[in-house]
Amino acid sequence: MFKKDLGLLVLIIVVGTAVALINHRFLLPGNLSNTANQVGLFGLFSIGEAFVIITGGIELSVGSLIALLGTIFIDLIVNHDINWGLAVIAIIAAGCLIGIAHGLLITRMHLQPFVVTLCGLLIYRGVARYYTQDATAGFGFGESFPTLEGLTAGRSELLAPLARLVGYDGPTIAIPHSLIALVIVAVIAGVILHRSIFGRYLFAVGKNEEAARYSGIDSDRIVVSAYIVCGGLTAVAAIFIAMYTRSISPAVHGSFYELYAIAAAVLGGCSLRGGEGSILGVVLGTILLQVLQNLVNLLGIPSSLNFAVMGTVILIGVLADQQFLRYRQRSAAERSRLQTGSSVPEAAE
Amino acid sequence: MSFLDLIEIAKRYPGVVALDRVTLSVAPGEVIGLIGENGAGKSTLMKVLGGVIEPSAGTIRVDGVERRPFTVPDAIKAGIAFVHQELNLFDNLDAAANVFIGREPLAGGFLKLIDRRKLNALVQPLLDRLGVDFRPNTPVAEMSLAQRQLLEIVKALSLDARLVIMDEPTSSLTIAETERLMRVIAGLKAHGVSIIFISHRLNEVQSCADRVVVLRDGRLVGELPRTEITHAAMIRLMIGRDLKAIYIPPAADRRQETTLEISGVRTTTYPENAISIEVRGGEILGLAGLVGSGRTELARTVFGIDPLLAGSVKLNGEPIVIRTPREAIDRGIFLVPEDRKRAGLLLDDSIAGNISLPNLRSYARALLVRKEAELDNAGRQKQRLNIKAPAVTVEVGTLSGGNQQKVVLAKWLSMQPKVIIFDEPTRGIDVGAKHEIYEIMRSLANAGVAVLMISSDMEEVIGVSDRIAVMQEGRISGFLDRSEFSEHNVLQLAVGVRPN
Repeated sequence: MFKKDLGLLVLIIVVGTAVALINHRFLLPGNLSNTANQVGLFGLFSIGEAFVIITGGIELSVGSLIALLGTIFIDLIVNHDINWGLAVIAIIAAGCLIGIAHGLLITRMHLQPFVVTLCGLLIYRGVARYYTQDATAGFGFGESFPTLEGLTAGRSELLAPLARLVGYDGPTIAIPHSLIALVIVAVIAGVILHRSIFGRYLFAVGKNEEAARYSGIDSDRIVVSAYIVCGGLTAVAAIFIAMYTRSISPAVHGSFYELYAIAAAVLGGCSLRGGEGSILGVVLGTILLQVLQNLVNLLGIPSSLNFAVMGTVILIGVLADQQFLRYRQRSAAERSRLQTGSSVPEAAE
Repeated sequence: MSFLDLIEIAKRYPGVVALDRVTLSVAPGEVIGLIGENGAGKSTLMKVLGGVIEPSAGTIRVDGVERRPFTVPDAIKAGIAFVHQELNLFDNLDAAANVFIGREPLAGGFLKLIDRRKLNALVQPLLDRLGVDFRPNTPVAEMSLAQRQLLEIVKALSLDARLVIMDEPTSSLTIAETERLMRVIAGLKAHGVSIIFISHRLNEVQSCADRVVVLRDGRLVGELPRTEITHAAMIRLMIGRDLKAIYIPPAADRRQETTLEISGVRTTTYPENAISIEVRGGEILGLAGLVGSGRTELARTVFGIDPLLAGSVKLNGEPIVIRTPREAIDRGIFLVPEDRKRAGLLLDDSIAGNISLPNLRSYARALLVRKEAELDNAGRQKQRLNIKAPAVTVEVGTLSGGNQQKVVLAKWLSMQPKVIIFDEPTRGIDVGAKHEIYEIMRSLANAGVAVLMISSDMEEVIGVSDRIAVMQEGRISGFLDRSEFSEHNVLQLAVGVRPN
């Protein structure tokens, strides 16, 4: 798993170096800071998606949910004068509730995750548009929430003191708070997924649901939990994204974001069959996607080709990974044959 | 005059000889009974015959002409057809469509529509030839297992099969259905079709075979002509001299109190029958019966996978309620499931990961799993159970069947078992590993654990158990004590006749 992450990191460095060589603006502090902000925003919900994918499910309603929850969030604090702290809690709770609903429909009613969340994608988008009468939701003139804005959309010159220390005086990369949020979430999610009992159960259910059940794991509960984590993280992302864009047109806000999330997860080593993946991988996958996005902008590629470029790179990446895996399996089989001889005839066959 | 000759066929895997210079000839219209224990090389030999695997050495001749290489299309061209244990039929199609799948007669024209009338006309004579009780347009979904098997034979005939290989064809058939199959075999023989009949049921082999061929440890150890086919002769050849060594005889009668008491339990498969069984600490209770008699369902119900419809379960005299496997596991009731690849193991997880899965809490501090504790225990279990693998971090899917089963056992032996239910514990496992698993079962019993062993392998049930309970169509049809053990008695109970 670690080797896989390393490969992705190498790919990011290669692509990044290439872009930097062609267009020096890639390395400007302003550009890097903007890219980091995008990574923070997209990383948050991509980690949620990864939880679901690791259990062998899929969540397609992420983008619509970001539109719906973002719209409601802005409406709550702007038009209903609700304390923003309460609004944040309410929105995250709503995201978790939707996760519970998806999870229960999948485990209790035995519907396929694809179908349930596809319906979610349609429903939430429709409700969001109806909620604002298709108008753009945003902040009125002069309305501001300094603390909330600072926390979510702000950036801090955290690197400046460090730079001074080594005698560098120029502009440094302002660290966007969304990236800090992502780092915190990623560390917690990483510990949960890779170290905790719950994490082991998530992987076990994804690898073989029936065997997990025979080992005493309440697989239904694990699956529902994964959708709750995804809904909750999507809600957090929805708030960050709403505060960043400051206005939401519910017809297009967040559309295709679920596909960014799935792409990041797959790039990061998650298998859509479940049971595989790592948080570090998902974060690296998100970084690669955003660097690619940046590449399209900086290299003067027509922005209409945006998706085509990303699709191609993902396809090549996944293909290369598969070839690499096959090569490794072959050499591993070779090694075990040499080591144990007769004890593993099936592996040798 | 034989039409198919296998000469000195050998198949070697690194470190394992699956087939050792086997020579076998098949004459037209001959019925050959092929017997041998699991792992004796029967299926490897059949795969060679089907062109699925290439032998390491030896010659295959069809009508006296050497065929090399001998591939799947070659096998089909030579008229070799298989009727597998797991039937390969399309449930959603009817009989005729299944027989001619992929080579349907076409009505011509641009759309290449299937000519139904011609299809039925082609299939009907084949059905008549076997005297079956279904029609070309009977949907497979509505057919019984026996009918499906006959349909597989029809399929073979439609391919002009000269040799039909039947692998355990009667394992799921009723006695009447088995008798009909025997008549079908006689009919095929009369038409000059040869048959290789693979079965563990020696009675059937005896009644239909012209000649019995016995494999053991990859070698052809003997042939019995028609007149010499007896149970005793077959068993002697099959197991060789060292039968006694495989099974571990129980120590003197040291049964303790009843550990698990199942009374009046009804399962979803046979809700009309109530089951009562007691398993005592220190004993191995064999649970015999035919496939589909409800044994696995009983195990699943006790373990909390299937719902308990009625009745009660007591553990050490105390009534307990088990709604989920977790509740069973927490009380020390474990199940080694029948299908280890599907229900027993996470095949692409490591040995250590599989072993600690049901008991992660004991390896954890503050909900975080301590890897060293896990690896420590897995290493100990690997040594104790003699799991052959380079390391405990190896994926379970790369191990042999016997070693995989030991990993399932290691999972439960890392905890404190009170009751262990083994469902077909040695299916598909070679003799050596079988012996080790019996040793583990016996040592568990000696340590006071109540062991319930579900097995369809008659010899195993008789060789391993202290006591045998027999199930028939969802009910317990009788108990046998060690002095009453015999294949005959078990079978009588399994088909619902009281022993006299």
